[in-house]
Amino acid sequence: MAINPKKHEMPVQPADVRVHNFLEVALGYTAEMAISEAQRCINCKNKPCIAGCPVGIDIPRFISYIKTGDFEAAYGVISLDSSLPAVCGRVCPQETQCESKCTLGIKFEPVGIGRLERFVADYHNNNVTSLPSPSPRNGHSVAVVGSGPAGLTCAGDLAKKGYDVTVFEALHTAGGVLVYGIPEFRLPKAIVAREVEILEALGVKIETNVVIGKTLTIDELFDMGFEAVFIGSGAGLPSFMGIPGESLKGVYSANEFLTRSNLMKAYREENDTPIMKGGKVAVVGGGNVAMDAARTALRLGAEKVYIVYRRSLDELPARREEVEHAIEEGIDFRLLRNPVEILGYYNPDNPRDPKNGFVSGMRCIEMKLGEPDAGGRRRPIPVEGSEFTLDVDTVVISIGTSPNPLIKDTTEGLQVNRYGGIIVNEAGLTSRDSVYAGGDAVTGAATVISAMGAGKTAAEAIDKALRG
Amino acid sequence: MYKVLHRRELNPTVTELTIEAPLVARKAKPGQFIILRVDSEGERIPLTVAGCDIDEGSVNIIFQIVGATTKKLNQKLEGDYIEDFVGPLGVPSHLDGLENVCIVGGGVGCAIALPIARELHRLGAKVTSIIGFRSRDLVILEDEFRNCSDTLTVMTDDGSYGREGNVTLPLKEALEGGKRYDMIITIGPLIMMKFVTLTAKPFGVPVTVSMNPIMIDGTGMCGGCRLTLNRNGKRITKFACVDGPDFNGYEVDFDEAISRSRMYNDFERHAYEEACNLFKNS
Ligand SMILES: Cc1cc2nc3c(=O)[nH]c(=O)nc-3n(C[C@H](O)[C@H](O)[C@H](O)COP(=O)(O)OP(=O)(O)OC[C@H]3O[C@@H](n4cnc5c(N)ncnc54)[C@H](O)[C@@H]3O)c2cc1C
Ligand SMILES: Cc1cc2nc3c(=O)[nH]c(=O)nc-3n(C[C@H](O)[C@H](O)[C@H](O)COP(=O)(O)OP(=O)(O)OC[C@H]3O[C@@H](n4cnc5c(N)ncnc54)[C@H](O)[C@@H]3O)c2cc1C
Ligand code: SF4
Ligand code: SF4
Ligand code: FES
Repeated sequence: MAINPKKHEMPVQPADVRVHNFLEVALGYTAEMAISEAQRCINCKNKPCIAGCPVGIDIPRFISYIKTGDFEAAYGVISLDSSLPAVCGRVCPQETQCESKCTLGIKFEPVGIGRLERFVADYHNNNVTSLPSPSPRNGHSVAVVGSGPAGLTCAGDLAKKGYDVTVFEALHTAGGVLVYGIPEFRLPKAIVAREVEILEALGVKIETNVVIGKTLTIDELFDMGFEAVFIGSGAGLPSFMGIPGESLKGVYSANEFLTRSNLMKAYREENDTPIMKGGKVAVVGGGNVAMDAARTALRLGAEKVYIVYRRSLDELPARREEVEHAIEEGIDFRLLRNPVEILGYYNPDNPRDPKNGFVSGMRCIEMKLGEPDAGGRRRPIPVEGSEFTLDVDTVVISIGTSPNPLIKDTTEGLQVNRYGGIIVNEAGLTSRDSVYAGGDAVTGAATVISAMGAGKTAAEAIDKALRG
Repeated sequence: MYKVLHRRELNPTVTELTIEAPLVARKAKPGQFIILRVDSEGERIPLTVAGCDIDEGSVNIIFQIVGATTKKLNQKLEGDYIEDFVGPLGVPSHLDGLENVCIVGGGVGCAIALPIARELHRLGAKVTSIIGFRSRDLVILEDEFRNCSDTLTVMTDDGSYGREGNVTLPLKEALEGGKRYDMIITIGPLIMMKFVTLTAKPFGVPVTVSMNPIMIDGTGMCGGCRLTLNRNGKRITKFACVDGPDFNGYEVDFDEAISRSRMYNDFERHAYEEACNLFKNS
């Protein structure tokens, strides 16, 4: 049987419709599509795809169950290694992970592993609405800091083993970046809420509104009787560029822009949270966060949205699918461009002009790619005399984040590297006894699946340490 | 959910609520703040911890009704609940070693200044308090201030109570008359803090200001609360929620902070300016 050279297309909302709503863009495979896509997998003996998955899901095995229509069995296989398949199937950068290793990819398009994973997870969630019941308690208790994918996974795995687990979350909703960062149109919040509900059914206690390092310290958690602590506090501290004009009104960090829209629901009319809507928006950066900010701005009613990125299309770190969707939606990519100054409006005749102090434009310079740097990426170099002004009134800066120093500053003996990442061994243990860490708090901004994997590893190590 | 234990109206636009929040009560120090959400559709707003009772497990907040959220908060009665209440956030005020301090509070800023005055008094420092309001019916916490101050001056813009004029007036007189303080701590509208700093400058008295920019998370995650300091000829960015809210008044770029505080004026019903017009100075 000849192999279909292309992945089955993912049904999506048409671009001209979806730019006016916050509903999910990709609609998911039907059962027929899933089976048909699964049939493209040639069940390679050496299973190269598995090595591309940070948590080692047995990909050919779950796909072979899809081929026979036994979707629940496929779900069972995925669950052995992943606790958030509905999330990872949607947001994993598959093209650099599992699918990059797929044998089919040498000649054709690789198998749509992520899309199949998503299908299986959605199938399960739609068909199995009952909640799990708690495992028998084993008498030990563990505290988890942060409710992102790292913390949720660690908490879930420990609860299944019978631990009493309490998750402490600084914000008012659990989910980490999955709720405050990644927008609804890419990851419906109901999916995250469902994962949290399952954890609660397993007996996990979730205490929102507790900032570790402020409300309670790590040491106090031990005083309260917790025998181990897992830190999954993420990398939420936004970087700015250090160029003139960054404090003008209308300049946001991507975190602020996305938090206002996602977590604080500024996009909903009935909500109190203000946000700049409409106008012309420049988003600086080329990662997933930048794509999310740009597409959110569009949906909030911007007439024009630019992505300003200092390298070329090939180097864009965002998931390819998001870049494609962004292009379809009409985001204007200004590649090989870098901002040098954000310009502000000032009316010399009227110091009380309400427009004073707002962004009026952004000066940029063209870049060209030079020699590869230490990381192997070609370094962008400014082209002298190529400055130009982009006419915008909102600027969203999305050039990266680093781990927040709050916990480090209040926990004696907790070692961090020079980027602020908590130092851990291969089991996730930090320089402090019984304190484990994982996810973005350790690695700096990375991926959902690697955070989840770190939570899993630490849960195993904690179990070993507490029960031998 | 966090229970409202007590409610007290201090004047027509300022209310004090006591909220059950034992973890916050145990930790909070003068100068720190909390962030709350009144209901599940609400904004997150920062309010200073105006006092706490560890035994009762409660935290006091004093707020001025200026917009949508504070209006909703003001509808909460004893026994009602508010959705979220997180803290204590920010760095506590540095009060150790201060022996002679002048506290300058304006409007609802007096509520923020009161716990600091109390703590200094408890530590044995000499406390000179100057508190200013638009008019007589807006005066709050006068008795509370008197109880923890060595001298208290109450100012009103229109002279309807206490002395007529801005808080900078008695401060200037005192400094010109040779009075010196280890520190001037000023809390109130940005424009007032700016002028308090300018008043103190010729006399070389250190000034601490309490910055209150727009905030969301309060943990250093959004950068919305950023402000610029001029330090040793360099402009540096700080986040008020984690690096402050207290800053050296001589370093703060007030004009930028004032401009940024007006970012959402179009969205909000009340103009920030109205609240601080009374402190407009020459
Ligand atoms: C906009 C955006 C889009 C992204 N898109 C993708 C994508 O498409 N694919 C992908 O794989 N990855 C994506 N990522 C990255 C991915 O979301 C992160 O790598 C992942 O969420 C990290 O998980 P975590 O559990 O380590 O931390 P987080 O998800 O950051 O969670 C940390 C949690 O800890 C809480 N916390 C922090 N400090 C404290 C404290 N002191 N006390 C209590 N709680 C605390 C935080 O409030 C937060 O809820 C994206 C990130 C962003 C911001
Ligand atoms: C660290 C900190 C501590 C604070 N402590 C107190 C306190 O103890 N008591 C108190 O009454 N207020 C305090 N504030 C100010 C308080 O947070 C705002 O008044 C509140 O957010 C207004 O919300 P709103 O929805 O009612 O009004 P909005 O509708 O949001 O705003 C109404 C008007 O108030 C202005 N405004 C909005 N946010 C602020 C702000 N952060 N500071 C000054 N003006 C603002 C707006 O520009 C607008 O003109 C503090 C602020 C900070 C940052
Ligand atoms: S979890 Fe991510 S990397 Fe692993 S198989 Fe699924 S989509 Fe691929
Ligand atoms: S590499 Fe591709 S074709 Fe081979 S087993 Fe994995 S998914 Fe199937
Ligand atoms: S309020 Fe978000 S960083 Fe300070």
